[in-house]
Amino acid sequence: MSRTFFAKNPSVLWFLLILALFTLAVTVLSEAYGVAFISTSFVKTLGKTLCLALVALAMDLIWGYAGILSLGHMAFFALGGYMIGMWLMYARTDEIVVAALAQGGLPATAEEIRQGVATQIFGVVGASDFPPIWYFAHSFWAQIALVVLVPGILALVFGWLAFRSRVTGVYLSILTQAMTLALALYLFQNDSGLRGNNGLSGLQNLPGLDAVSQDDVSMWFFWASALALGIGYLLLAWVVSGKFGSVIRAIRDDEQRVRFLGYSVEGYKLFVFTLTAVIAAIAGALYYPQAGIINPAELAPIASIYLAVWVAIGGRGRLYGAVIGAAFVSLLSSWFTGGRAPSIPLGFYTIDWVDWWLVILGLSFVAVTLFAPKGIGGLFDLATGLRSPNRRGAPLGPDDGALMEKEAKE
Amino acid sequence: MTALLEVSGVSVTFDGFRAINNLSFNIEAAELRAIIGPNGAGKTTFMDIVTGKTRPDTGTVTFGERSISLLSLSEAQIARAGVGRKFQRPTVFEDQTVAENLTMALKAQRAPWRVLFWRETQADRDKVAALAAEVGLSDALARKSGELSHGQKQWLEIGMLLAQEPRLLLVDEPAAGMTLAEREHTTALLVEMAKTRAVVVVEHDMEFVRRLNCKVTVLHEGSVLAEGSLDHVTRNPQVIEVYLGRG
Repeated sequence: MSRTFFAKNPSVLWFLLILALFTLAVTVLSEAYGVAFISTSFVKTLGKTLCLALVALAMDLIWGYAGILSLGHMAFFALGGYMIGMWLMYARTDEIVVAALAQGGLPATAEEIRQGVATQIFGVVGASDFPPIWYFAHSFWAQIALVVLVPGILALVFGWLAFRSRVTGVYLSILTQAMTLALALYLFQNDSGLRGNNGLSGLQNLPGLDAVSQDDVSMWFFWASALALGIGYLLLAWVVSGKFGSVIRAIRDDEQRVRFLGYSVEGYKLFVFTLTAVIAAIAGALYYPQAGIINPAELAPIASIYLAVWVAIGGRGRLYGAVIGAAFVSLLSSWFTGGRAPSIPLGFYTIDWVDWWLVILGLSFVAVTLFAPKGIGGLFDLATGLRSPNRRGAPLGPDDGALMEKEAKE
Repeated sequence: MTALLEVSGVSVTFDGFRAINNLSFNIEAAELRAIIGPNGAGKTTFMDIVTGKTRPDTGTVTFGERSISLLSLSEAQIARAGVGRKFQRPTVFEDQTVAENLTMALKAQRAPWRVLFWRETQADRDKVAALAAEVGLSDALARKSGELSHGQKQWLEIGMLLAQEPRLLLVDEPAAGMTLAEREHTTALLVEMAKTRAVVVVEHDMEFVRRLNCKVTVLHEGSVLAEGSLDHVTRNPQVIEVYLGRG
């Protein structure tokens, strides 16, 4: 079965091969395990990019395949980050507090340590007790489970309410955007229990690994991100290759007809929504330890809109398109906004890319939507000689004697 | 023998307009029935009610030996219970191949989890090939259905309905936009299908209804005006007045 799967989907093998070669190349060029050609901060950028590619894959499944333009998937991404961040921050602070109390001579009691950790973490928002949502923060495995459970259950409940009342199209997009905005506003409050607008910080320091330099840690996360992206790609390629993929594409094109075929459209949407939310959360849990900090601004609606822009520019409806879009646009974005792109002096005005990058991005989004709806991924069709005929809006073959695709090709 | 589909006392009102008014009739398990009537007689609304798209204000619709009520089921559940519907305009999934369209319609488990782990067997491939042969699309299996001609799309949709193996088939104006040869083929197929299941054809082309040679129900203003053979109903003075008399 697996042979026929790869034979039918050669792009999956190509993708995994390229990802493996890329990972190997970065490893060889890294400071920790190679010739130190790539700086550790750039390794982190690349690792984060792989996580963004993974969440873009999820976006492609729900938007490109199932036709649901969710503008809230970065909320699940950030929630995944928060869940792992809670453990990282707790365990790390715990170490520091234990070390500090040990200096006092007497061994500290568990209650003293707990109180010390709470004061350290929540002093910044004027509290000194753990909120109930930190109940599991001491346990790595519990927080790992919450990475999947919290966004998964949120998506399940939200999706159930939205899809059951048959909210579709732009109304659903607005609803998902309202969800992420509401969540962000809630987290901005100091008494939300997640340190308000300070967010969680110091996430790049792994507890118990003080001796290990960030050079090594960054490579570990890079490998983990590459592995997650590879597995995610394989999983989603498998999901869309069979009858399930057929059904969700059918839902995208005509959901009423799918109902009359006997498929429960709401069930499929809910399944896809929850699955993609969980994938987004896992991507987030790998992203934020590399970023080092997470705050409620990460849940702002604009983040989810960026996600849609990446997928549109990369080419929706094909998995590698989403990966290309996310990698290309986010790397370009960090180059332009990182101050490394040289400003262009025009004499009367200096084009400063930090300001103008968003304009470029917006224009290219419009251009792609209008002139190249297949996005960057469409270039692969050009390369293999597959061209869709210009139908000028009319469907190909409304009447007798319609052309086949290869006949219609000039 | 109890009927396969029993519609009794159904009424539905849209913004004060009574589209269906106390409609009652039965369809037997293996019967070909034509429903005719002028525009606005409630033909399409009747189909919407049976398939779960529209909920009636009053009345009951029961289906099958155990007389399950269709009114509490969703569209998808009704389709799974064995009611298939053919739309007036051919609606196939144009972005997907003929084979994919047929495979999706094949009678099988419909739950997301089951579909995710569903893998095509040789039996499925044979079934799809047989269906394609039956509707004359054997050569087009690998083509995208969007490339098919209008008539071929109608055939593909009929093939998808056959794949669903419904016990009751509702067909909305099957002959619309078909050539004469295609019409003859369609007639033969509908008559053949009605030997093993109930087929309800909504049509206003009298010539086509005559070819079907079956019991006819005439709808007018949302209720049954006359029922019987085509010759019988066309002799009914009321029918002549409201429907045939126009032309």
